[in-house]
Amino acid sequence: MSTLLRVENIDAFYGDFQAVQHASFDVEEYKIVSVIGTNGAGKTTLMKVIGGTLGARSGKVWFEDTDITGWPPHKIVDLGISQVPEGGMVFGRMSVKDNLIMGSYTPKARKGAKAALERVYELFPMLKEKADQASGSLSGGQRQMVAIGRALMSNPRLIFFDEISLGLAPTVIKDIYARIKQLNSEGITIILVEQDVKRSLRTCETAYVMLKGKVVLSGKSSDLTEEAVGKAYFGM
Amino acid sequence: MDAMIQAIIQGILLGGLFAAVGVGMNMIFGIVKITNLAHGDFLILACYLSLFFMGSFGANPFLSLIIVVPLMFFIGFALQATMLNKVLNRGDEPPLLITFGFSIIIQNLLLYFFTANAQKLQTPMLLKSISITDTIRIPVMYLISCLAGIVIILLLGVYMKNTYMGKAIRATSDDNEAAQLMGVNIKTTYGVAMGISMMTAGVAGVLIGILFNFYPNSGSTYLIIAFAVVVIGGIGNIYGTLAAGIIFGLAQVVGGQLLGASYQQLIGYLVLLIMLIVRPQGLFSK
Repeated sequence: MSTLLRVENIDAFYGDFQAVQHASFDVEEYKIVSVIGTNGAGKTTLMKVIGGTLGARSGKVWFEDTDITGWPPHKIVDLGISQVPEGGMVFGRMSVKDNLIMGSYTPKARKGAKAALERVYELFPMLKEKADQASGSLSGGQRQMVAIGRALMSNPRLIFFDEISLGLAPTVIKDIYARIKQLNSEGITIILVEQDVKRSLRTCETAYVMLKGKVVLSGKSSDLTEEAVGKAYFGM
Repeated sequence: MDAMIQAIIQGILLGGLFAAVGVGMNMIFGIVKITNLAHGDFLILACYLSLFFMGSFGANPFLSLIIVVPLMFFIGFALQATMLNKVLNRGDEPPLLITFGFSIIIQNLLLYFFTANAQKLQTPMLLKSISITDTIRIPVMYLISCLAGIVIILLLGVYMKNTYMGKAIRATSDDNEAAQLMGVNIKTTYGVAMGISMMTAGVAGVLIGILFNFYPNSGSTYLIIAFAVVVIGGIGNIYGTLAAGIIFGLAQVVGGQLLGASYQQLIGYLVLLIMLIVRPQGLFSK
């Protein structure tokens, strides 16, 4: 198994506040990896560093053999890293279709945009039905599907999902997790950033638990007991 | 009665020009979230650029657009890339101060190179008009200006809807962080948006230079018109700008017709003031 993404000793700050301390983790290709932790544990901050929207004060991020630390977001997307950010962050005033097209913005992705759009419509027929509606008018679950579809439009090799289940009905969450597994089986490496310990442990192969900006526990999900994760999660 | 019809025609036509004056400012408001205090001065800069290049085009201000419009794009892009982009994350004041600085610098450069004398872009077109009846006439230059305003706005609408860059500009205006996650380089996007805004200012400026006298410090007059059009139409709404321009133009000319020409500007700004009280988000804002 080759390592697709390697995060080494990342320190990240908001002003003087250190949100991430010496965080390290590896993501193997074709796997599902969970990053678990409470609100404010630094998960989203770490994802921002990987995605390039926040600079790290020290540490390195590697994508295969390329050092991508400090790269601007548009170059990182072009490499094949795409994300479904917290809350979806769809373009509310734009139509569903335009949202999806924005997902294929990078020069590399534009060439495959047509095929990618067909594939996304196949995966989420609902998006085809509502193609011309403003995405701001959709329900929370539908907006997440727009966000997932949009992330797929660049034919990424790695997608991270940030708090995908936040504020959604359980049946919708179940459906979305089934889609995530399906995407993974089609060869896309996945990082799940979650507060929901049970569900993410059930889905992933490897898990990292973060607390107050540090990675406090890691291992194969089959080796981690819920109790151990629970303790690390709350810092007991 | 005929005088009133004449005033209404003139108001609508002037409104199309006002829309062209305001649409670029509205874009920058909505997309880059900057109040470009130099927008009026850029219009006047375009007047002087046209004046300067008219020698090379057989003294035809319309032909000078071939150079003025691309040049204005370049100026807008360069200023955004070299200055405004540097202060994007530092709050609202620094960009505001920079545009205020542009305003002062442009005015003084124009004063230095062209003196404070009144200028006008001469074209025989100004004197032509189409007679509808014996007393009602459509001045051809007003008609051209209005059509130019409409064409600019329609082209902008098509560009924003159908091109990757246009979509990226809208996406950036919606949520610039999410746009970055899509691979949009928002600094380039802002540069292009400012460039396009300056292109519209270039066209509007040349039309204004043909219709009215201009001086190095005429910019503030047009800045206020642009402001009014943006406020009435609603920030970020390109088509609203067109309607707003026509409302503002009508208010000025028809109001002036009713109360006397000296009240023309006052009435325009009263409409603006009423708008700010009654519907501060603009008529067409979603």
